Amino acid sequence: MTSSATSMAVREKRKRPFWTMERRDAAAGYLFIAPQLAGITLFVLIPLGLVFWYSLHEWNVLASTFRFIGTENYERLLTDRDLPRVLGATAIFSAGLVVLNMSLALLLAVLLNQKLAGITIFRTLFFSPVVVSLVAWTIVWSFLLQNNGGINGMLAAIGVEGPNWLRNPTTAMISVIVVQVFKNVGLNMILFLAALQGVPRELYEAARVDGASPFKQFRRITLPLISPTVLLTSIITIVGSLQVFAQIAVLTQGGPGISTTVLVYYLYQQAFQFHLFGYGSTLSILLFVIVAVLTFAQWQMRRKIVFYEN
Amino acid sequence: MNHLTRLKSATALAALIVPLAFAGNAWAQDTVNLRMTIWSANEAHLAMFNEIAAAYQAENPNVTVTFDSLPFDTYTTTLTTQIAGGNPPDLAWILETTAADFVNSGALAPLRESFAAAEGYELDDVTEQATALWSSDGELYAYPFSTSPFAIFANNDLITEAGQQTPAELIAAGEWNWDNAIAIAAAVADAGHDGLIVRDFNYQIWQNLASIWRGWGASPWSEDGDTCTFADQPMVDAMSFIHNAIFETGAMPGPGESVDFFAGDAAMTITQISRASLLPQGDDAFDWDLVPLPAGPAGEYAVIGQAGIGVFANGANPEVATDFLAFMTNPENSRKLAQFFPPARASLLTAETLGLTNPLLSPEQLESVVIAGITNGVVLPGHEGFAQIQQTVRAELDALWTPDADVEAVLASVCDRIGSLL
Repeated sequence: MTSSATSMAVREKRKRPFWTMERRDAAAGYLFIAPQLAGITLFVLIPLGLVFWYSLHEWNVLASTFRFIGTENYERLLTDRDLPRVLGATAIFSAGLVVLNMSLALLLAVLLNQKLAGITIFRTLFFSPVVVSLVAWTIVWSFLLQNNGGINGMLAAIGVEGPNWLRNPTTAMISVIVVQVFKNVGLNMILFLAALQGVPRELYEAARVDGASPFKQFRRITLPLISPTVLLTSIITIVGSLQVFAQIAVLTQGGPGISTTVLVYYLYQQAFQFHLFGYGSTLSILLFVIVAVLTFAQWQMRRKIVFYEN
Repeated sequence: MNHLTRLKSATALAALIVPLAFAGNAWAQDTVNLRMTIWSANEAHLAMFNEIAAAYQAENPNVTVTFDSLPFDTYTTTLTTQIAGGNPPDLAWILETTAADFVNSGALAPLRESFAAAEGYELDDVTEQATALWSSDGELYAYPFSTSPFAIFANNDLITEAGQQTPAELIAAGEWNWDNAIAIAAAVADAGHDGLIVRDFNYQIWQNLASIWRGWGASPWSEDGDTCTFADQPMVDAMSFIHNAIFETGAMPGPGESVDFFAGDAAMTITQISRASLLPQGDDAFDWDLVPLPAGPAGEYAVIGQAGIGVFANGANPEVATDFLAFMTNPENSRKLAQFFPPARASLLTAETLGLTNPLLSPEQLESVVIAGITNGVVLPGHEGFAQIQQTVRAELDALWTPDADVEAVLASVCDRIGSLL
């Protein structure tokens, strides 16, 4: 650089005020996102860092000892006899929930996407469980699902002997999935309904002129056009399914055996019931990694599945 | 205002503020707020505790005591979470099952010296049997304020309706044993009601079955706590008996069924005497009796539940908390506590004293159930790391609660799973 160029740059620098337009814009932008950023830092990032820190320690709450043990808790993940079954139960629960919830929500949305008198009543009816308190909803179901409870009473009235729903590993898993689906299917239904109403009518008219069957119309027009919503709901539902806790705590406490012990419930047991906060933290890191990988994979899949994005 | 005036005013102000600030500091140091976590939300219990606290406060005006009622189901979890969060209570009720965890961890402050020094405390009056669970190496870490025997409440209306002899009649005939007791339960169940309920068991809290299996001399682990004895013959026999009563004779309600003895639906229930308050009055009342547990193949026995009060060594004021505990459990206040919680003091263990505060129970019932129970009883099983052991055994035992279960195989698998935890 020549000396004249340097002195020009210096002059330039002197002339320009500190608060340039770009800086002002940037500062305003940061100020706008500051509350959100503070919240995320305080309630997400710092706890996440602390959980990782705890996962490297053995923390005996009663004896007030906090000892660094390196990767021992992570090695324990590999030798934990119950963990494979817990992950299996988590996968079954998530898969069952996502398939049942999404298909039922889509079916309901298609059925309710009609211009009929009183259709709003049905829409409200199917949506109403979403606003009911989760624990109250689950407690009522726990009474219904007892061996001498309401559901088996109704079955007995038509001469069918119902199973002991919450005491058999298979029916217990089905029960927790169905209770959760009925609770939240309304939310996905409303999202699908909004998406369906955004599909241009003239496309169907054109398809009809071309002689496409209703199924073909659904397959070729509806599904591709609502695919962004399908992606969104699938991410919400899968992430939500991995966080299920209250239903398990109220209905089965993870039993019978450990057949309905999903990952969140297992980490709750380890940390808060067995006071193994270090290992509990390690399990929550595992959960974090699983959620992150699944969300990333779904996001990648959008290129193949999602027809178009605004 | 010139410089000098300003200086004068500032000095005057400082002269006013500084002593006030120091006085405030002194008050702050002297005022002690003690917090005790409990699992009862019973108003009568709270009124009694507040009365004791008020009496203590009259002697120590700088101390206040608050009682923090936590839900029973998640009591220990909430307590340990408070400790983990750096907010331990000063004093806490502790369940017998978790006694080993608390006593051996070093979390609790030693009490013996303070109790011995407290005027008129009479530490020798507190039976050694009652303090065994709460002691380690000769030091006492919690006071056993409640020692409650398990007993059987019987619905004599349902029993006679089913054409059976009442427990009292069987006791008089010297035939009050498990075979006859379960036969009564089966007969009442056959008559369309329910038989015997082990209260709070619910196919989860398996340690409450100790009220049955002790009759076979069974226990979940060896006395030193090192060896699993779930698969030993006495436990196999006792569990076979229970399994048979559930799935063959229907004498006990099966898993997933909710039945309430106190609503008059069942012949008998095993529970602690404090539940007498649940007995229905008026039109719903039935002819009931309270009897000791029946004799098992291993003879007569008794099982007790215990609760202790400990002081947290890491609390803000362990000395004051210990002093309050000594006050709360002195002979005079122990007499008050005995209204609701069977006492650990030998001098209070008389039918006369207990009768004053348990009007529902007859002197015979108090003598045969409460006093004999407390004197001879074995405490419910507990162990270090009990929460994890409890959960592991619960999960394994689920395989037992099916009609075609292989009792021996299930119990062997219990030992296989908890061996490493003992």
